[in-house]
Amino acid sequence: MKRFDILGLAVAAAFYIGAAHAEELTGTLKSIKETGTITIGYRESSIPFSYLDDNQKPIGFAMDICAKIVDAVKTELKLDKLEVKLQPVTSSNRIPLLANGTIDLECGSTTNNAERQKQVAFTNTHFLTASRYVFKKSSNIASIDGLKGKQVVSTAGTTNIKQLTEANAARSLGATIIPAKDHAEAFLMVETDRAVAFVMDDILLASLVAGSKDPAAYAISKDAFSKPEPYGIMLRKDDPAFKKVVDAATAALYTSGEGEKLYDKWFMSKIPPKGLNLNTPISPELKGEFAKPSDSSDPDSYKAM
Amino acid sequence: MNYHWNWHIFFEPNPTGGGSYLDMLLSGLLLTLETSLAAWIIALVTGSIIGVMRTLPSKPANLIGFSYVEFFRNMPLLVQLFLWFFVLPEVLPSAWGLWLKQLPHAPFYTAAIGIGLFMSARVAEQLRAGIGSLPRGQKQAATALGLTTAQAYLYVLLPIAYRIILPPLTSEFLNTIKNTAVAITIGLLELTGQARSMQEFSFQVFEAYTAATVMYLLINVVVVTAMRVIESRVAIPGMIAGK
Repeated sequence: MKRFDILGLAVAAAFYIGAAHAEELTGTLKSIKETGTITIGYRESSIPFSYLDDNQKPIGFAMDICAKIVDAVKTELKLDKLEVKLQPVTSSNRIPLLANGTIDLECGSTTNNAERQKQVAFTNTHFLTASRYVFKKSSNIASIDGLKGKQVVSTAGTTNIKQLTEANAARSLGATIIPAKDHAEAFLMVETDRAVAFVMDDILLASLVAGSKDPAAYAISKDAFSKPEPYGIMLRKDDPAFKKVVDAATAALYTSGEGEKLYDKWFMSKIPPKGLNLNTPISPELKGEFAKPSDSSDPDSYKAM
Repeated sequence: MNYHWNWHIFFEPNPTGGGSYLDMLLSGLLLTLETSLAAWIIALVTGSIIGVMRTLPSKPANLIGFSYVEFFRNMPLLVQLFLWFFVLPEVLPSAWGLWLKQLPHAPFYTAAIGIGLFMSARVAEQLRAGIGSLPRGQKQAATALGLTTAQAYLYVLLPIAYRIILPPLTSEFLNTIKNTAVAITIGLLELTGQARSMQEFSFQVFEAYTAATVMYLLINVVVVTAMRVIESRVAIPGMIAGK
């Protein structure tokens, strides 16, 4: 009898250990440990967040942050080697690829809002951007009211076109709103005078202007259509263990002051491949966020420091 | 798969302020129908003229027809729409170009005409094949009866040729409808465009594209059924589709 008890105990203990082990590692962390790889989704032209350099290698502010996350995951799982796979994503396929497990992190310029949080999770905000518009200096449209009755373009399916539609109704501007397929095409519409202004996140406008044929010909409005909205690195929903590791890694990066150094590298100095300088000093709101990292989707929660 | 399905999303209000997400898709569906009908009319009319020209006993007419068809069918549709929308206004005199650019609903007109001309090359080839498939005796008999070339085409050749090519014309009409999805690249928010914006706003990508797929399927079923009815109505006993 005694022997059976011991055997039973041993079996129970074995199960218990197994269960405890399974509890420790679930979801993304488990699959990373099992396969020894983590897959990062990157954007091909979200300058300077995530884009391809002249060697077709993805680089950018968000990619640097993701590299830190990968290091943290490696330490957390006590792995000697963690292979990083890179997968290009577009705005149309980033959700399916994240949902079906092809990518584990999306490192780009995805706006974190309440609607989207029903589908995915975001880690601590890495950038704040407001909706503004770019116009040709020759057309001299200094304020939003100057858009009255004009043709204005924005990218289809963005929060920006939504804000533009709302402002158009609220301020009775009577502007014709043209939806464009992507940012490059929307900018082309302003370049070719099909539209007088392009409404978009101000940082994306700055990079489009910097990369254009004649950067001096364009200006970005002072007027904004929105409060600064957060960008976040996207991960799967309902995976608290992985989110905890990612949140801790990004929080450590931002609060240590290293986040601001990374910011200066990508927004205040020349970046590859063309040596553009976006010259966009860190905003007081983002400085506040770096001091106290947050993954909130509410623009009002980001206070200037 | 870690995906949060939400089929009720269609009844939730969309963020552009114009009703629910379903309304957004339906407005896209309407625009798809308008664009494809306009493009199809252009394709049929232009394609018929060019198709006839390719079979006329006239060298210059043949050459014009040949060049037209090769120009429009040898370039990807996407490239053609880009040329019409972005390049054409730049090569015109600047006053005309500016007028073109400021035309309201420019993406709609560009898409209808661009897709219409692209499809017209295909319609022309179908019609040429249809006329070519007729026995030579038909044309000769018509001439012997004292009909002019125009009359021979109008009363003898074309009525039969159109009946013969009805089944492939149905396919071309379906292609026209599906090709309107390319117009998203020049800013036309048709069905595919609206499905895309819906997934950007709500992140419910599978629901959005499933709905768009079902809608495309429904339009095409309607078109196929209607064309079947027309085929059986106009069939000549003893010929294709006639019993």
